This record gives sequence, structure tokens and C-alpha cells, in this order.
Amino acid sequence: MGVKLLLEKAHVEGIRSYEVYRREGGYRSVEKAIKTMGPEAIVEEVKKSGLRGRGGAGFPAGMKWSFIAKPEGVPRHLVCNADESEPGTFKDRYLMEFIPHLLIEGLIVSSFALGSNNTYIYIRGEYAWIVDILEQAIGEAKANGFLGKNILGSGFDCEIHVQRGAGAYICGEETALIESLEGKRGNPRIKPPFPAIQGVWQRPTVVNNVETLAAVVPIINMGGEEYAKIGVGKSTGTKLMSACGNINKPGVYEIDMTISVEEFIYSDEYCGGIANGKRLKACIPGGSSVPILPANLLLKTAKGETRYMNYESLSDGGFATGSMMGSGGFIVLDEDQCVVKNTYTFARFYRHESCGQCSPCREGTGWMEKLLYRLEKGQGKSSDIDLLWDIQRKIEGNTICPLGDAAAWPVAAAIRHFRDEFEWHVTHAAEAQTRNFGLAHYADPIHVPTTV
Amino acid sequence: MSEQPLFKVTIDNITIEVPAGTTILNAARKIGGDVAPPAMCYYSKLQGSGGKCRTCLVEVSKGSEKDPRPMPKLVASCRTTVMDGMEVKNITSPKVLDARAGVVEFLLLNHPLDCPVCDQAGECHLQDLSYEHGKEGTRYEFQRRTFKKHNIGPYIQLHMTRCILCYRCVFVADQLTAKREHGILDRGDHSEIATMIEKSLESDFIGNVIDVCPVGALTDKTFRFKNRVWFLKPMDAHRDCPTCSGKVTLWNRGDEVFRVTARKDEWGEVENTEDGKPAWICNTCRFEKKQTSDWVIEGPRMISRQSVISQGHYAGNIGMHKPNETFSAVHGGRQPKLMMDIHTASEVNKPNIELSLINGPAHSTDFNSKKD
Ligand SMILES: Cc1cc2nc3c(=O)[nH]c(=O)nc-3n(C[C@H](O)[C@H](O)[C@H](O)COP(=O)(O)O)c2cc1C
Ligand code: SF4
Ligand code: SF4
Ligand code: FES
Repeated sequence: MGVKLLLEKAHVEGIRSYEVYRREGGYRSVEKAIKTMGPEAIVEEVKKSGLRGRGGAGFPAGMKWSFIAKPEGVPRHLVCNADESEPGTFKDRYLMEFIPHLLIEGLIVSSFALGSNNTYIYIRGEYAWIVDILEQAIGEAKANGFLGKNILGSGFDCEIHVQRGAGAYICGEETALIESLEGKRGNPRIKPPFPAIQGVWQRPTVVNNVETLAAVVPIINMGGEEYAKIGVGKSTGTKLMSACGNINKPGVYEIDMTISVEEFIYSDEYCGGIANGKRLKACIPGGSSVPILPANLLLKTAKGETRYMNYESLSDGGFATGSMMGSGGFIVLDEDQCVVKNTYTFARFYRHESCGQCSPCREGTGWMEKLLYRLEKGQGKSSDIDLLWDIQRKIEGNTICPLGDAAAWPVAAAIRHFRDEFEWHVTHAAEAQTRNFGLAHYADPIHVPTTV
Repeated sequence: MSEQPLFKVTIDNITIEVPAGTTILNAARKIGGDVAPPAMCYYSKLQGSGGKCRTCLVEVSKGSEKDPRPMPKLVASCRTTVMDGMEVKNITSPKVLDARAGVVEFLLLNHPLDCPVCDQAGECHLQDLSYEHGKEGTRYEFQRRTFKKHNIGPYIQLHMTRCILCYRCVFVADQLTAKREHGILDRGDHSEIATMIEKSLESDFIGNVIDVCPVGALTDKTFRFKNRVWFLKPMDAHRDCPTCSGKVTLWNRGDEVFRVTARKDEWGEVENTEDGKPAWICNTCRFEKKQTSDWVIEGPRMISRQSVISQGHYAGNIGMHKPNETFSAVHGGRQPKLMMDIHTASEVNKPNIELSLINGPAHSTDFNSKKD
């Protein structure tokens, strides 16, 4: 059993209520932080912990906090990103639903560290029932003096407000989220200025993921150095993974980032192996935006080393032969799945979710979707594959926000590693409508891909 | 003199000094010519504009004197300010040209290409952009998108299929009118310009959306299908208007006023009046004053020689513009040589043959060939 820091108590009977949560040691970190540490010491502790953002980009949280501008007389804000809309990612939902007080506790400590008197949770619109759970937890925390005026006699005031989104993936991008929170259309802003300087209502703002902020609780409780001892290298602490697809035990798992990908998929503690005795074909290890990998490159790096479930190892080999930890949405495809269809499904999602501000993303995502649809239906041409490659190349890096990249990467990776499956859809168009390409050579011991 | 310190910036190997806070695009416009990146969404007189179309992407090969690292990605020159010692590549960067070709293709992907029936033809920035950076064919083999038609009132015609979603008209409504009544509905490739509930746009200054729209998505209904812009004669004129500056360009044929627009500079933006404010014009001037007698005519408007509009030779002597600087002044005292008589100086032509007088088209025999 690996170390559990976030979900250890998630299944204690009644943990959603304040009494049980408190009895189990909850809100200790608030007491410790407010009574014995100052804001700087907290930021220092988070820096020492090596905690990296869990929302997708993996940016060091402590460093982000230290960037926040502190102009005299201007309020600052902490915003918790609970928009979680990435296909394959559902870890924040689990955390908020089962152990809501953990997030509230983390938010109080973080708000104190950043000097945010009004902190916001921006939550995905579809998570309607979780709003009630969070608001109840906030009410209980307030009734017990952990929120509101003069928290624990410190003179620090803090309120947490829950704001529901309206069902747009793009509002998970931090600047779109800020626009939406301000009541505007959720278009990502053009950066700079960054939120740390001008965020919500032009005030200095920090946006962090749910899991990032919840992780502040164990960091304060055990100390940043102890936290950093868990895990490996720059992947410190524990990480929530939401596993889905063709596995025996889909669900949310807390891992300590030292286990191998193979262990994560096959051990009974986690995914429990591929369902129905099938074989592993491919996997998208970090949510729909990250590159897909064939089985052989998933379990071993291009150098033939074991691949581990952490930031560095998952991205070993760059985009040519690696992928990314992303937001921890672990999607497993067995030998019966069609990579072309999967890529089409993602492309359709990104087309639908593009905000439409910048031309490459607005037009390119729709074009890719149409081409992939045609290929999947056996009506494509072999030149379509090269065209797709060229389109994704012209979107990537040329857009306002990373959604453009997120739409381009899955297409690029699918063509890079599964080009023969795409070609088969053209050369064996009729057959492709009746059966799947199957496992082919995708699990064969290290096959180094030929396309760039 | 401004208080701002001056920054040195090099764009396509040309160095100039600009006040701190200037964007790369505006610095490049100061140099002018091909060095200025095309800009489809940026509009210097509209706050917050730019950053969206991505046609103005440039490569920053050196960040600044202090931090010489290049920027990892291409940046939107309209929204990136210069740093001291910055080096920028526009047309000298293959990466930029490649990305820009992509952007042009994306912008044209769903465009109906209905220029033959579009009132904007001849003064459309997308047309110019396509001529300069576009390819002849398209690789798009799908149906172009269409929209349900919205009627936005008696003055302004909306053709959503032509819109490139530059947001300029949204900024106009935000910044020039009391209350914005239209906006962008929905998102992605299905987003559209519309009013929430079918509504006509009638605010005093809303007509300016026509002038800022880079394409034919918003055109003047009172001018619709009446004439081609290149058959018209643009004349600067003014009237004493209680609402706006009253300084306009009339587009005439004979004595008939076909349409009224604001006066535009070489970047297609509304000119400033003497007080330095943009000379936006009001709806009354634009839509109601269609008699020559409503206006005091100042004289013909200068139109760029490259523009198709200038092909109309609308004013007898407008082409005869006395240059402010003589050749020798521009060339540091050097006297013009070759250009004095290109016909005789040319090694290609035969000076004894006047090409304009020969019967029929010129043939190779009418020119000097290498052999003789
Ligand atoms: C299109 C898009 C969607 C995103 N969605 C989310 C999301 O749902 N939740 C999230 O925490 N971060 C999301 N992000 C990342 C945020 O922009 C931001 O990096 C993150 O909230 C920062 O938190 P962290 O540093 O704690 O990871 C998204 C980014 C993009 C570009
Ligand atoms: S990349 Fe896509 S989602 Fe992001 S700003 Fe541009 S159009 Fe909007
Ligand atoms: S209607 Fe014209 S001005 Fe408005 S967004 Fe579309 S292209 Fe831009
Ligand atoms: S002009 Fe700069 S992005 Fe459109």
C-alpha cells in the first residue's frame, strides 16, 4: 500500500460532516498555520514541498504563490479551479464529493498565506450537487470559527464563495475562468498580464487546482521537507489519478509516484488489469490533451527503461516517444479499440469547446474533426493523414491559450504512433467498417516510431 | 517629446527607436512597407483589440539587451510590447511566413468567397491578405458553414458568413455607444455576431462598426449593391455636426453621394482629428446626409496607389501630386540616374521602338534579346 495523504480518510463514515472530519484530525493545519506560522513561512513550506500544480501544467505551486503582486491597498484573491472538464479526468470531483472539508481546509490555509479575504471556488456547472456539499462544508467551517471574521483570533478574515460555471471546458483555462467569474464571456485573456499581477477584477490572483490546494493540508501538517520525501525527483507527494477505459477497476486512486505504469495498470490495488482478459493497446495517461502512447512505449521508455507514474518519467522522450502527467486522467484502450475513432472523438470535443477567439483553433479544430470523421467512416484519402499533420502543426503554438495545443497534440501523437492504423482505414476502407485494426504490433517490444 | 524612455528595436534588420510601451506592430508600422505585419483584428483606436486573428505573428529572436533569450513561440506583434535591444523577424523568418500562411488558410476556410457580390470588395482587408499571403486553391473539401440570417435594422447589413470574428465591432459598441446591443453568441466555429433577441442596432455611433469591420460582414445598408467602391470618387468633406466631428469621406459619382464613411489612414483605421481623438462619425452624417449640398467639399481624398480604388482615376489631377521631398534629398544628395528615362536607359527595351505605338501586343522581337 502506498502512502495516502488526501484520500486516507475519504471513506471514514460521515467524513463529509464537520464533526467527524474534525475528530479525525481535520483543521489542524489551519491552527498550525495561523497560530504558529506566518504567511511567508507557509509559502516557504509549500516551496520546500516541491508541490507541482495538479491542474495540468505541473507548475511549482510555491513559486506561483511567490509571484503574486502585493500592491498597497489592493485586495488579492485565491481562486480554486474546480472546473474539471477534461475528458478522462474526474479526480477533483471525487475529492470534493467525499472529503469536502479537506479542500476547504486547504483553501483557508492558502488564503491566509496569500492574503485573500475573498476566495472563490469556480466549479464546473455540471457538478451541481457538489455545490451543495461544498456550501454545507463552508457553512460548518464558518460556524466553527475557521471562516468568517477574525479566524482563530488572528485578525484574518476570509470568506469562500462557490461559483458555478455554465458548462464550458474553456472556463477551466485560468484566464477564461477569471473572465467568467467576473460575469463575462469565458474567453481566455491575452497574456501578459498574468493573473499574479492582474487577475480577477484586475487584482493580483492565484488560480490553483482543487488537488493542489488540498495538498497544502498535509504539507503544513507534516512539513514541506517530509512531504518532499514522498515520491521521486521533482514529482513529490501523492497524486490522484482517475483511471478509466478498458480496465477492471476504473476509479480514483492516490499514488505516491514511485510505482511503474505497469504496476498501476495491472496490480489489484489500482486498475486491476485490462478488462475481459484483453490485451493493452494504448493509453492516454494524463487526460485527453496529452499524447496517446502505444502499449510498448507506455510501459517502457524509448531507451527500454521502465516507465513510472510521475511527471518526469511519463514525459521521458518528449513528444516523440513520451507523453505527460497532465491532469491525471488515465484512459486505457484495449486491443478492440480504434485509435482513429478515439482521435475523432477528442477532436470533436475540442472543436465544440474552442472559444473561437483565435483563427487557428476556431477553424483548425473543425477542419480536423471533419477529416477524422471522414477517415473513421472509411471515406478518407491517404493525403488526409498528411493534411491532418499539417493542420495540427499550424495550430500548435500559434494560439492564445493552450486549448489549441491540447487539440493538436492528440492528433499529432495518434498519427505519429498509429499511422498504419490510419492508413488501414484508407486502404481497407470497407473492412475498417466491419472490424477493428486490433493490437497489431503496438505492444511489440520497443518499436521506435518512424514518423517525426 | 514623451516622457517615456526610448527603446531600440530591430525588425527585419532595420533598427528604430520607439517609446517604451510601443507594441512590435506599431514599431513595425513606423518602419512601414513589408516590415509591418498584416493585422486583421488589432485596431489602435479600440482598447483591448488585437491578439485574436494571429496574422500578425512574428518571431522574437532576441528578447532584449538584458535578457537576450529568444521567445519560445511566435508572438502576436499587436499585443507584445518592445524591449530595449529586442530583435524581431517578420518577413525574414520562414517560421513566421509558414504560420501566417496557415492563418490565412484558416481565415479563408469557411469564408464564402462571394467577393463578386460583396460591397466590401475593393477595400476588404481579407482580400488584400489573400492576395499577399494566400494560396490559389483550398485544401478544404467540406461545406462551408452558414448561419441563420439576422436582421439588425435599417442601417447595417450583417453577413455572418463573411465574419472573421475579430471582435472590433464589439469593442466599438462597448466603447462608443451607451449600451452594447450585439455581441458574440455561442463559441468556437459556431460563434456568431448577433443580438440576443432579434433587434436593430440604432445607437448614434453604431454605424462605425461598418468602418472597422475588416471584411464585408457589416456593410452599409443605405449603400447596398448601389455601386462598386472603385467606381466612386472619394472626397473629403465636412459639415457642422452637433453630434460628431462631421469630418467624413464622401463617396460620389458625379454629384451624387453614394455613401459616407469616416476618413481612413493607410492602415485602414479612422483618422484622428486635430485634437488627437479618432474622428468617428455619427449615424446622421453617415446614413442621412446624402446630398452634396449637405457638405462642404474639401477636395479629393488621397488613396493608396496600390489600392484598386485608385484605378478609377477619379479626379483629373489627383495623380499629379508634388512630392514633398526631391529624390536627391531622400538619397543623401545623390542625383537620380537611371530613373530619369527608364525607357532609354533600359537594356531590355529597344529605345527606337515606342511600345505603346506598335500594332498589337509586343513580341520578343520588340525587345533586346541576349543574343544581339
Ligand atoms: C483548455 C484548458 C482547460 C483547463 N481546465 C482545467 C480544469 O478543469 N481544472 C484545472 O485545475 N485546471 C485546468 N486548466 C489549467 C489551468 O489553466 C491552470 O493552469 C490551473 O488551474 C493552475 O492550477 P495548478 O497550478 O494548481 O495546476 C486548464 C487549462 C486549459 C488550457
Ligand atoms: S486557442 Fe482556442 S480556446 Fe484558446 S483562445 Fe484561442 S480559440 Fe479560444
Ligand atoms: S462583424 Fe466584422 S467587425 Fe464584427 S467581428 Fe465580424 S469581422 Fe469583426
Ligand atoms: S492583429 Fe495581431 S492578432 Fe490580429
